[in-house]
Amino acid sequence: MTDAPFAISTPTVGGSPRAAEAGAAPKMSARNLDFFYDGFHALKNVNIDIAEKRVTALIGPSGCGKSTLLRIFNRIYALYPKLVAKGEVLLDGENILDPSYALNRLRGKVGMVFQKPVPFPMSIYENIAYAIRHYEKLSKADLDVRVEQALVQGALWNEVKDKLKQSALGLSGGQQQRLCIARAVALKPDVLLLDEPTSALDPIATGKIEQLVAELKEHYTIAIVTHNMQQAARCSDYTAFMYLGELIEFGATDKLFTKPAKQQTEDYITGRFG
Amino acid sequence: MNAPVSEHIVKSYDAELQRLTQEIQRMGDLALAELEASIDAVVKRDSEAAEIVVGSDGAIDALELEVSHDVVQLLVARAPMARDLREVMAALRIAADIERIGDYAANVAKRAISLNQLAPVKPVHALPRLAELAGELLRDVLDAYRDRDADAALLAWARDEELDELYTSLFRELLTYMMEDPRNITASTHLLFMAKNIERIGDHATNIAENVYYLVHGSRIGQIRRKGDATASTVLHGPAAE
Repeated sequence: MTDAPFAISTPTVGGSPRAAEAGAAPKMSARNLDFFYDGFHALKNVNIDIAEKRVTALIGPSGCGKSTLLRIFNRIYALYPKLVAKGEVLLDGENILDPSYALNRLRGKVGMVFQKPVPFPMSIYENIAYAIRHYEKLSKADLDVRVEQALVQGALWNEVKDKLKQSALGLSGGQQQRLCIARAVALKPDVLLLDEPTSALDPIATGKIEQLVAELKEHYTIAIVTHNMQQAARCSDYTAFMYLGELIEFGATDKLFTKPAKQQTEDYITGRFG
Repeated sequence: MNAPVSEHIVKSYDAELQRLTQEIQRMGDLALAELEASIDAVVKRDSEAAEIVVGSDGAIDALELEVSHDVVQLLVARAPMARDLREVMAALRIAADIERIGDYAANVAKRAISLNQLAPVKPVHALPRLAELAGELLRDVLDAYRDRDADAALLAWARDEELDELYTSLFRELLTYMMEDPRNITASTHLLFMAKNIERIGDHATNIAENVYYLVHGSRIGQIRRKGDATASTVLHGPAAE
């Protein structure tokens, strides 16, 4: 395995709760990753470790490649022609870019939630059950338990337990997003990818999602793309700053937002870019 | 490292940070003037001038409130990051230090009024030198803040030891003076407090230097400052009782 240029280090700022954490092991790693959109070089030799059961935030201006990187982590790009990834993305040491790594298996391990909540046009219950049925054959009783577990984990159960049969489309935007998170965790994935999950939500709904992220990281490895720097600073343990397809700086969040090592990072997070 | 800082995309953000710097500089100028005027009042035994100094301290307090208000506004509106965050934090801390410096200078002036009601005492001659040194330190750290010059801040920071040593020597002199003649005790005690106030001004100047260093580098000064204030362990034995 090639050494990553940005090793995950123990956050060093004294006094913060994070300082007590030991350096986390990488769950997912990109190695010499390049990505092309029909010839356009969108990611350039990206090397990054996504720490296990930690939150890693990806920040950077629009078009920097952060969402592209996230979408490579579950090979969603494979849906489209003329998109090519080169290099490796290791999940528990296995290269998920290798065609022999079954897409179905990957999607069971890596869940994704998008900027705009996309509930299926079916009942709240079915939104969760549909995904589970796709992977597992469970009795009705077991399925009920799993749906409840997922909705509890998605911090939605108390709000929807009495209307599970109602359409998910009747939920508010924030509730729909939590439903999508619940749907993703229902499959018990290892990794949860969140692509600007709160950009369409009001501050209260955003707060609920952020609280949810804090709870979910006990069980899941989370990577979150966000344009909200304060959100990255609040929610993540590690932050990666990307620009023009390159990973410019990666490190402990509290250090990156108080004393970044690179001028480009400083310029971006302080609003001096461009 | 004092890289030129480019402008924010939002220009009013730059203006708000600039305003903070200007407020601190204004506070610093006032504190320096207050210190100089208080010593002048001591030397010239001018109680009226001392009253004016005591009365002028409110201007520094008012500016500190403005700085606090502006910092809160900046934190709310801009959520500053990285160097900007350090700018804001440093301004808040430096303003608190200058406010304390103003209090100490005002107290020197207040004691000058009491001192002027007593017969002149000899050790008073050492006070201007002490205040001059404290004033130089304060000017140096304020210049370092204005220029965002961590090296200059570090130099000033190390110089506080000189002030401490001078204070220790004055402390011993005053103790001796009191032992020589108990009638000197009242005036000497006032002088002792005045000297202590000035020594504390030096300590606050070093705090400012530390904040300038933090502002520029994002890290603390990685050394332990040598201290020349030995008064806490100074014991002078008077003549043996007969």
